[in-house]
Amino acid sequence: MEELGWILLEALIKALVIFTLILLAAATLVYIERKFSAFIQNRIGPNRAGPKGLLQPFADVLKLFMKEDIVPDAANKNLHRLAPIISLGVAIAVYAVIPLGSSFELAGRTIYMGVAPNVNIGILFILAMTSVGVYGITLAGWSSNNKYSLLGGLRSSAQMISYELSMGLAIMGVIMVSGSLNLNDIVIHQSGWKWNVLLQPLGFIIFLVSAFAETNRTPFDLPEAEPELVGGYNTEYTGMKFGMFFLAEYGNMATSSALIATLYLGGWQLPFNPEWVGLQEGSVWLALAQFASIVIKILLLSCFFIWVRWTVPRFRYDQLMNLGWRVLLPLALLNVIATGAVMFLI
Amino acid sequence: MLIEYVPLILMVIVGFVLAVVFLFAAEWLGARRTTREKQTTYESGMIPVGNARQRFSVKFYMVAVSFIVFDIEVVFLYPWATQLTTLGLTAFIAVIIFIVILFAGYFYELVKGGFNWD
Repeated sequence: MEELGWILLEALIKALVIFTLILLAAATLVYIERKFSAFIQNRIGPNRAGPKGLLQPFADVLKLFMKEDIVPDAANKNLHRLAPIISLGVAIAVYAVIPLGSSFELAGRTIYMGVAPNVNIGILFILAMTSVGVYGITLAGWSSNNKYSLLGGLRSSAQMISYELSMGLAIMGVIMVSGSLNLNDIVIHQSGWKWNVLLQPLGFIIFLVSAFAETNRTPFDLPEAEPELVGGYNTEYTGMKFGMFFLAEYGNMATSSALIATLYLGGWQLPFNPEWVGLQEGSVWLALAQFASIVIKILLLSCFFIWVRWTVPRFRYDQLMNLGWRVLLPLALLNVIATGAVMFLI
Repeated sequence: MLIEYVPLILMVIVGFVLAVVFLFAAEWLGARRTTREKQTTYESGMIPVGNARQRFSVKFYMVAVSFIVFDIEVVFLYPWATQLTTLGLTAFIAVIIFIVILFAGYFYELVKGGFNWD
């Protein structure tokens, strides 16, 4: 029983640290997005709060907390409150299985970087959680009793479930190569530059496109297409309830980047042999270097997400559905067959 | 093995508890100056016509049905993908037959216009 106590304590500390990291990541991404878009559009961007506008996201969050919470009379009050909880809770919970480094020894215990990176259902957990995330958005759209919200919520759920199929099939290629659903095993399997992006180029592209659609980012941000649907599913949300959807969106962007990095780009693997710079297996410094490695990958991929958002125009809804069902789904199935064939022939 | 799920469940609980804290903080900290006009549904500044509890396009329902069909197929393939090398060539051929049947259904739906959005 004492062992269970230690595990609970360790997991609680890690969960709180990761929660703080997600909030910091969301704040950083909001700042990067605003600065990056300003750069692309030849503006200055936020530059008042703090040096170079660095404190802008925190000012935004404080302001959102202090805003009046308006719930329309026609709304279904309890579901209206439940929806942001589901969205944000799911966005945080997904991080439990993402490995942020290998392990290090501390006071005779092996501590893994991540809350539960070694759980043997890692990928299934992620797929399950993203499916639950659809509920948050659909409920938000339906419970607001607003036509814009309803349409935004419906579009969003249809889009997310359509692209979840291709996403699941694209991940299957990775599972076939590594033979495990455990995310830490998948990362270890990619050691020595055997990144899955080289073994699964088609799967990588399918996963990348699906990840954009799953996070509702441009060019797939139909659910919140401003010119036609005002704000989409979060039209009737104000203050921090809107902020929770906002946080969840940026949290999901960070999650998707982390997943792309973990599944295809070597995860926390350093791009060179750690022995060369004298980092010992199991030392805290190696773990920190690996953490830095995955954080850099996540940041670069997030910048890619932002770059695409401010460069590519939005799809039409029928184009979106055609891409999902007529192009990506058959391609993903072919990718599974081709991967299997190559693995058996070679 | 089961003990590895404890941190996972804990993380889910932490995530949802903190989300609930955020929600109550939002409701408690915010200003309260409600008026009747503020509480009406937003409809681009017009007086709302009816409510949103109306019929909507059946296409969304079609997408949901197709999703369930194909998602179950994906779920069937996952155990095979994890045990690819152990199960060997026989299982691979079985899976190819399975995917061919799946493709037959896919093309049937394609020809019948199940994926047409217009």
